[in-house]
Amino acid sequence: MAGGTAAGLGVVVMYLSLIVLIPLAAVVWRSMDDGPGYFWRSITAPDAWAALSLTIGASALVALLNLVMGTIIAWVLVRDRFPGRAVLETIIDLPFALPTIVAGLVLLALYGPQSPLGVNLAYSRVGVVLALMFVTLPFVVRTVQPVLLELDKEMEQAAASLGAGPFQTFRRIILPNLLPAMLSGTALAFTRAIAEFGSTVLISGNLPFKTQVAAVNIFSQIEGDNTTGAAAISTVLLVVALVALVTLDLLQRWGKRRG
Amino acid sequence: MAIEVRDVNKSFGATPVLRDVSLDVAAGSLTALLGPSGGGKSTLLRVIAGLEQPDTGTVRISGVDATRLAPQRRGVGFVFQHYAAFKHLTVFRNVAFGLEVRKRPKDEIRKRVMELLELVHLEKLADRYPSQLSGGQRQRMALARALAVEPQVLLLDEPFGALDAQVRKELRTWLRRLHDEVHVTTVFVTHDQEEAIEVADTIVLLAGGEVVQSGSPGEVYDNPANPFVMRFLGPVTELDGNLVRPHDVEISQDPVEGGSSALVSRVVKLGFEVRVEVEVGGHEAWVQVTREQADRLDLKPGDTVHLRPVPGARSLVLAV
Repeated sequence: MAGGTAAGLGVVVMYLSLIVLIPLAAVVWRSMDDGPGYFWRSITAPDAWAALSLTIGASALVALLNLVMGTIIAWVLVRDRFPGRAVLETIIDLPFALPTIVAGLVLLALYGPQSPLGVNLAYSRVGVVLALMFVTLPFVVRTVQPVLLELDKEMEQAAASLGAGPFQTFRRIILPNLLPAMLSGTALAFTRAIAEFGSTVLISGNLPFKTQVAAVNIFSQIEGDNTTGAAAISTVLLVVALVALVTLDLLQRWGKRRG
Repeated sequence: MAIEVRDVNKSFGATPVLRDVSLDVAAGSLTALLGPSGGGKSTLLRVIAGLEQPDTGTVRISGVDATRLAPQRRGVGFVFQHYAAFKHLTVFRNVAFGLEVRKRPKDEIRKRVMELLELVHLEKLADRYPSQLSGGQRQRMALARALAVEPQVLLLDEPFGALDAQVRKELRTWLRRLHDEVHVTTVFVTHDQEEAIEVADTIVLLAGGEVVQSGSPGEVYDNPANPFVMRFLGPVTELDGNLVRPHDVEISQDPVEGGSSALVSRVVKLGFEVRVEVEVGGHEAWVQVTREQADRLDLKPGDTVHLRPVPGARSLVLAV
């Protein structure tokens, strides 16, 4: 290995260790402070378990909604020409740019008890899902969009000349080429959703057993001076996120081998 | 007639691309649409395939009015310059695509695809993905894919345009032989006059969105309709206000009847042929002679020679 490469690798490993790996390892280590029995009791405590199931369930639902809606939005942005397209392009990124607590405020103002639309989703699980949909909107759109832009239109024309109708062309040609990007966007949206705090904290009302998400549960454990319990729940989130990301990586490798 | 195009007009925005184009393609023929870039030849091919809609005019394929028919219902095979390979499918599945869409039985598909892959010499690469093939192999795959559905006409849009010179020459010869075997009515677009002359039975010259001339390669080469066609189909030079082929000029040391005197400015030996550059009547011209002729005349820069068209030479009077 050349000297430059070794030095570069050293810097990367040290940086990643300091910023990501050591803190994560510390959380996992801390979660075992009072033994595996306590770890298990912490995550199966009724409020923690409810928060974890709500978070993972709502995130999975939101990820699926994103898979469909994000692909449709990307499609319209790439394939259709209409006035205001540039504005729409910018709006897509807004959930990335906005502090999530602001997103929470906006949602509460629009869908809270004083809703001008007469739709009150405050303190309900629907409100949680809505908040997660808001913050994860860009992921699938932004992963699918570049792939769709690059997609060879002549493939579709070739399929048509070979006798495929529009639906067959979509299912047999377009969808398989978009699928890796769609799935990786979905996995990113999912991992983002399970970690969400700011946007859900206002609209959900944080009712234990009903609308409290895992991140808020962790926060309340810490406030109750139960750092080991907080670390245990964090570890579960970490593992779920890791599984999602590894799945994503495998999917991408699969896509590349085919590509 | 396999294809009858009548009075087709097509504009992209305000730019007319095809103007009153009419064209007949005989069943079983191999026709080249030849012309400079922007001449409208690709657009005409896409109109025949149904990938573009003409503004006015009609297209009939095998006697049926296809003007408003969707591409998938025209019985047309299309081969694109950049292959348009289905990159998520193997070579086998690419070729099988049209048959799978038609829901043919699996055994039949397998048999037909393997036959076609043998025809295009890709039988050993059936399980590869397009990204693992060379350009020439991809184009042969695309050709097999188009032939799989037994199209009434096969349309190729600059099929060899993206390949390097060597592969291009090989595929040209191979396309000609393939056509002699398969006999499907074929139309291909090219801007390479050598390719058109070598491969096609009929050449249709398109320029500025209009058909300028059509006929067999020999007819078009020997009787060009205008100076543009003559220039486009091969080398030309100017002699006494006439456009002639440089190989149709006689060169001698002694004055000849009807000849004009010229000053040799440069002699370039290109293997077998020798290019003699001269100054005649105040402008530059050139003559193509054989090596043997050049040696016999012992041509050197500064020599005075006499030029005249050989008997029977084709020439066109240039408008002054």
